[in-house]
Amino acid sequence: MNWSEFFHMGGYAFYVWTSWGLSLLVLVWQVLQPKLSLRRIKRDIARQVRREQTHGTATN
Amino acid sequence: MNPLSAIWNFLYRSFHRLGSPREFYKISTYATPIFGLLFLGLCLVGSYLGLFVAPADYQQGESYRIIFVHVPAAWLSLFVYVVMAIAGAIGLIWRMKMAFVVAICSAPIGAAFTALALVTGSLWGAPIWGTWWEWDARLTSELILLFIYFGVMALYYAFEERKTAERAMAMLSVVGIVIVPIIHYSVEWWSSLHQGATVFRDGGPAMPASMLTPLLLMALGYTFFYGYVLFLRARNMVLHNERKSKWVKEMFTENL
Repeated sequence: MNWSEFFHMGGYAFYVWTSWGLSLLVLVWQVLQPKLSLRRIKRDIARQVRREQTHGTATN
Repeated sequence: MNPLSAIWNFLYRSFHRLGSPREFYKISTYATPIFGLLFLGLCLVGSYLGLFVAPADYQQGESYRIIFVHVPAAWLSLFVYVVMAIAGAIGLIWRMKMAFVVAICSAPIGAAFTALALVTGSLWGAPIWGTWWEWDARLTSELILLFIYFGVMALYYAFEERKTAERAMAMLSVVGIVIVPIIHYSVEWWSSLHQGATVFRDGGPAMPASMLTPLLLMALGYTFFYGYVLFLRARNMVLHNERKSKWVKEMFTENL
């Protein structure tokens, strides 16, 4: 089997590769989304901790 | 102590340890990458076997290769829902903090895979059934599942107070579980364009091993993927919810 035949998928290339592509996209997005929000959460907590260290006890 | 009660004690203690957000955070530090690697390994092998090794279908030709991404997504849409409903019930009955976290973090993952199952199904139906969409039992019940996921998420975000929000979303997810058997049996109870069960059917799977092996590898890989991203989300939520507690602050004081 050669590569162009493989990508052609017996004439169903659009349906097969769109399905696989969208699936890959969803998998990547599901991993990226929590990793990006982790950065925001860590930044917020670090800021809160720093504020409490400079201003003494916690206020909020 | 006899071995049976030793096992019971071990399970009981691990359950309680995981119930504590701090212990969950500690344990999941090691568990998360293991789940990620298992997903990666299983799905890479599954994709290779599904795309290169499995033969073409005698009726549907190469188009059936959509099955290797469609069925695992559809499987997760139901599996994630069952986990979410059970976690919600545990949270409601035993007031366990971590159970609510698992339930809430499952909702967006389940919604994503339900949408993916619908879209890949549509992309498969277009060439084989000759239609992108049909209001038949399987497709309609799966669409309702997507709306239930949206409802669960919307309900959680509708409340200011976290405890109220947790209980509300848990209750809706428990009630909504009726959709799961309806989806599974829809192809038997009503006439449907959708084909009947291929894997979980009486008399075993109706597929040659060359097709069944990659399908099962992908489904298992997707299941580990759910565990992986569930841990990622749950760890975020634990950090955020416990940001006022000493152990979280200490983690950040060391880093300063």
